[in-house]
Amino acid sequence: MRTPAFLLIWLVIAAAVFAGSLAIGNDYVFFAGYVILQYVVLSTAWNILGGYCGYVNFGTGAFFALGAYSTVAIYKFIGDSELPHVIPIPVLMLVGGAVSGVVGLGMGYLTLRLRGAFFSIATLALAVVLETLVVNWDYVGGSRGAYVIRPEEMPLIGNYIRYLFLMMMLLSVASITIARLIEHSRLGYGFATIRDDELAAEASGVPTLRLKLIATTLSGALMGMAGAPFPYYIGFLQPDSTFGLDYAVNSIAMPLIGGTTSWVGPLIGALLLGTLQQVATVTISSAVNLLLVGVLLVVFVIVAPNGIVGLVRTYWQRKPEEFVGRRRVDADAPGSVP
Amino acid sequence: MIFSFDLLINAIVSGILIGGFYAAVTSGVSLAFGILDIVNIAHPAFIILGSYVAYIVNTTFGIDPILTAIVATPLFYVLGAGIYQIYYVSFEKRGQESLRGLAFFFGLLFITEVSLVLYFGVDYRYVNASYIGPTWHVGDVDLPLRMMVPCVVSLLLIAALQLILTRTFIGRAIMAVAQDQLALRLMAIDPIRIKRIAFGISIATASLAGAFLIIIQPVEPSVGREYIGRVFAICVLGGMGSLPGTVIAAMLIGVVESLTSTFYGPSWAPAVSFGFLLLTLAVRPAGLLGR
Repeated sequence: MRTPAFLLIWLVIAAAVFAGSLAIGNDYVFFAGYVILQYVVLSTAWNILGGYCGYVNFGTGAFFALGAYSTVAIYKFIGDSELPHVIPIPVLMLVGGAVSGVVGLGMGYLTLRLRGAFFSIATLALAVVLETLVVNWDYVGGSRGAYVIRPEEMPLIGNYIRYLFLMMMLLSVASITIARLIEHSRLGYGFATIRDDELAAEASGVPTLRLKLIATTLSGALMGMAGAPFPYYIGFLQPDSTFGLDYAVNSIAMPLIGGTTSWVGPLIGALLLGTLQQVATVTISSAVNLLLVGVLLVVFVIVAPNGIVGLVRTYWQRKPEEFVGRRRVDADAPGSVP
Repeated sequence: MIFSFDLLINAIVSGILIGGFYAAVTSGVSLAFGILDIVNIAHPAFIILGSYVAYIVNTTFGIDPILTAIVATPLFYVLGAGIYQIYYVSFEKRGQESLRGLAFFFGLLFITEVSLVLYFGVDYRYVNASYIGPTWHVGDVDLPLRMMVPCVVSLLLIAALQLILTRTFIGRAIMAVAQDQLALRLMAIDPIRIKRIAFGISIATASLAGAFLIIIQPVEPSVGREYIGRVFAICVLGGMGSLPGTVIAAMLIGVVESLTSTFYGPSWAPAVSFGFLLLTLAVRPAGLLGR
């Protein structure tokens, strides 16, 4: 399927989902749906680096928070000036994406010469360093947090949350299109060689560092774009929870549960786990959410290493060996000192 | 900024004391990550588990937390050996440890933490012991016993570990596993068994580190997250698997953190250790005493 056709189909699906949510007539659907869609973007973004290249990023929260805090910074700046108070969400997304993308590039440049586990630990460290900077930056609220007032209404659409939902929906469609595009391009094959055997890839002339930098930048930018509208959604932004590990565990669990080799995996994982979490939050408690994620993550990595997509493929094909032979999923880079 | 010599000395001393505690926290990771190459990102969660064991026994029976922790080490050892067995069968054997193994431990971290939250709630818990409270004064220097005792016991623990690693057969086998598994097999030693033992020891140290933690500060389940980065920072800085290196790095990080929070404010302290880590990774990935 060509990309325009793919995009068109998903836009139609998105329109249908939006119309369906409107038909339900309860705005709570949009509040819950927004979070699920946000995870679609985050897990797809994580998968570009984690699933395609095999580099585990623990810093999802940091990139997400950078996007969110660029919005807060813009909001504060405009609040002080005479400009009209409402900025279109796509503009915020572009700014947040740009900031996170640049940081992603910088981080990649600093850490991507490290292999395997060292890279993961470095992302963890980077998240804390960035958090400390934000905590000590009073302009965006520092450790006290920042209030962002959500406009009541959006012309033509109604309640503002519907607008946010719609924007996140479009971003999800954009991100899965990008992921699919990567998969079927030279870039995707390059990523796969890094995942399978970085040393061999390098030896055969694959520009691994450049490819990895593209992956971190893209992945970081998408995470930042997902974070940009977040202050309008939540109303009160606070560094501790925004930078937290909860985003990291979700954005790792969702692709691994869905399947990391294709764009379908993160989508399925995010829809499934995201919905499950929303249901659990309403019916049980929000603490159970993380337990759910943890247990599912552990069970899936042990029992179904290729996720739901892998399970379905084996079921359809009934010839599991073939797949194992053709598509190796893991980077086998041990955590050796580079 | 008001500069005073007293403040400086006290900051350094408390940094060294907290560094001793950090060394105990990191020793398990140095074993697992430094020697066995197992990225046990869930280690801090096991430390919190250790804190809660000490807490339960202390509040119900009034037994000293460190004593409890020593008695509980076999339990933690068994837990660790069990986890390694799962890890080995599911990931190492299939050659999938890098991505899925990491995710496995990340999942364990959340399972442990949330289970503790669901059972105990998010209230801060603390223990009672005779050495929590009093402070020795040596000249102008304050030596709070609640910091002294964990520091001293922690150094003893590391000395014992170092002795085990260098003087006993099993210890030498553990060191050998890191270097050449095939050679170990040729000597008719099962590397998997050695790794299981080593990982068990690594988790067993979490029992003690947990007791130290709850002596030093009140504990709630998500406190462990603060230690994930710090522990790996110390481990890498110390040179991956070198216990003396771990002690030096731990004290260095402790002193730098303590100086930062004394002179610039506590909100800057977390960034210091991580800044150190990023710097080490960029400049000298082999760490201070790396092989």
